[in-house]
Amino acid sequence: MWEQIVANRRRSAVLIIGMAVILILIGFAGGEVIAPNAGAFGLLLALVIWGGMMLAYFTSAEDILMYGASARELKREDSPQLFNVVDEMRLASGLGFMPRIYLIDDPAPNAFAVGRKPETSSITVTTGLLYRLNRDELQGVIAHEIGHLKNRDVQFMTLAAVMLGTIVILSEIVTRSLWYGGRGRSRSDSRGGGQAQIIIIVVGLLFVILGPIMAQLLYFACSRKREYLADASGAQFTRYPEGLASALEKISQAHVPLSFASKATAPMFIVNPLSAAAGDEPDSVFASHPPTKERIRILRSMTGASFTDYDAAYRRAKGGSVIGTQTLQAAPQEAIRAPSTQGPIQTRQDSHDIARRSAGYLRLSCNCGLEISVPEGYEQDTIRCFRCGSVLPIPSATSAPPPTSAQSLPPVLPVNIPPVIPPAAMQFHRTKSDGWESFRCACGRTIQLSPAFDASQIHCDSCGRTIDVT
Amino acid sequence: MIPIILLIPVVLVIALIIWVVGAYNFLVRLRNQLENAWAQIDVQLKRRHDLIPNLVETVKGYAKHESGTLEAVTQARNMAVNAKSVGERAEAENVLTGALKTLFAVSEAYPDLKANQNFLALQEELTSTENKISFARQFYNDAVMTFNTQIQVFPTNLLANMFNFTHRDFFEVKAAEEREVPKVQF
Repeated sequence: MWEQIVANRRRSAVLIIGMAVILILIGFAGGEVIAPNAGAFGLLLALVIWGGMMLAYFTSAEDILMYGASARELKREDSPQLFNVVDEMRLASGLGFMPRIYLIDDPAPNAFAVGRKPETSSITVTTGLLYRLNRDELQGVIAHEIGHLKNRDVQFMTLAAVMLGTIVILSEIVTRSLWYGGRGRSRSDSRGGGQAQIIIIVVGLLFVILGPIMAQLLYFACSRKREYLADASGAQFTRYPEGLASALEKISQAHVPLSFASKATAPMFIVNPLSAAAGDEPDSVFASHPPTKERIRILRSMTGASFTDYDAAYRRAKGGSVIGTQTLQAAPQEAIRAPSTQGPIQTRQDSHDIARRSAGYLRLSCNCGLEISVPEGYEQDTIRCFRCGSVLPIPSATSAPPPTSAQSLPPVLPVNIPPVIPPAAMQFHRTKSDGWESFRCACGRTIQLSPAFDASQIHCDSCGRTIDVT
Repeated sequence: MIPIILLIPVVLVIALIIWVVGAYNFLVRLRNQLENAWAQIDVQLKRRHDLIPNLVETVKGYAKHESGTLEAVTQARNMAVNAKSVGERAEAENVLTGALKTLFAVSEAYPDLKANQNFLALQEELTSTENKISFARQFYNDAVMTFNTQIQVFPTNLLANMFNFTHRDFFEVKAAEEREVPKVQF
């Protein structure tokens, strides 16, 4: 959607420049308040802070935002169906590259996309989403998120969130140094110390005031229109608006609060995680998302799957167009396709297994039938089963090669070949089953072997040892 | 001072050149998008061809009496691999889809087969590949429509003729059953 892409680019530029201007003004004014010629110093400080924000954004925006959410990156073998669903949407939307996929182990169903460039972007889903939605619904959610990616909403939101986060962190630093630094300051340097003290107080106050204002600006800047446009994109990519509609319905009815969402990150989710839990969604200018009932109604009243059909449905529901005219003119006709018959792609247990496996838990099966997940930091070599009490050894790579049968030995050759001595760092592991298997390396790290693993060696990521797998 | 009357044609020529460059680049971008979309379809079709021998072997182990269906699938796959023109390929792929549908329907009767991990993984991969072909085909057809419109609309069509941007075909063949008008009997 060209109009939205252009609008988002403009908003990002305005935000970057506007933030610089505000910081410079505050720095200069604050500096002048403290001492007659300290304005320049304040200005410089402001520029340094602004430069720091830009640096943080351009180097590690995604890591910063994903950090608080304890999300784990998934590989294709962890959940081939999820990867296939995303891959299908990549083709339908013409995205061109595969976004990274992250999983959060949380019973609340929700999803969001993060990224400052299309190529470095990622989509995150919760386990609660994976086991509640069927394939069409999950595909609808993924298509909605990819719609955000294509419209550059995600890039703008990431920028805004990093800026807000930086301001929050700075205000924390300043208020804390104010609190602790005040006690340890030496009396002898009273005049110089007093000035520095005042500077810190003023700057801290400014940040504390600026933080909430930024949050409100963030909410105003997030026009709720972007959610409708992403819904339209989602319907067009999947050719099945009912999928996204019933996904939104299930998510909004779950009423489970999301444990890691805050006011700053709430706008990035598919349904507002803070109000979805409470069950009420006001249709006000201050809300970050449009009310879910409205979105579902529009999707369900669509007669086709193209942008023109979405726009028509929106006009019937709310009056006034939402999609730009250039996009509407170029939009091809799409008919709604038949639904797929596949149910949820993961059971509840499977979803938790995937999350734990990515987090490095080692899975053991006891003979009584219980499956035990051993965390990575567990130090001992054995564990007691909780149900039957038998002691289970934790599979670890051994340094002795497994005994080979007599038939596999090559015939004795006449030439005197020196025996091969395995290097000291070599470890061995024998696979016991065809499914997922975990064992511990000598350094303690859990190594997971997927059913698709068919190589003969694997490297430990932490210590670099090579392990022979037979 | 240069008289205005001489400046006007110069400005017009510059404007024309800027427009030509812009329109040409736009057509090139559309064409590349189209060809990329076709390449995506190609990748998925090849993937489907590669998955089938594995599927046939797996099913053979459990469903020995269904050799007829398996033969049909293998033959359809070979024909699809050998097809050349766009029309031929679309036709062959449709036949292959039909044969696979029959094979999956038949495998419903074998519970051992349905529980086999390898078979389930292959079924998921093949279903997903079908979906991907369908989505990629729709994206390709949309790109073709945009491209064809642009080379026919007035100002750009002059450019299209000059620089040899030719009309592209849609990748769209309905199965023989879908083309027939359903017979209604009372």
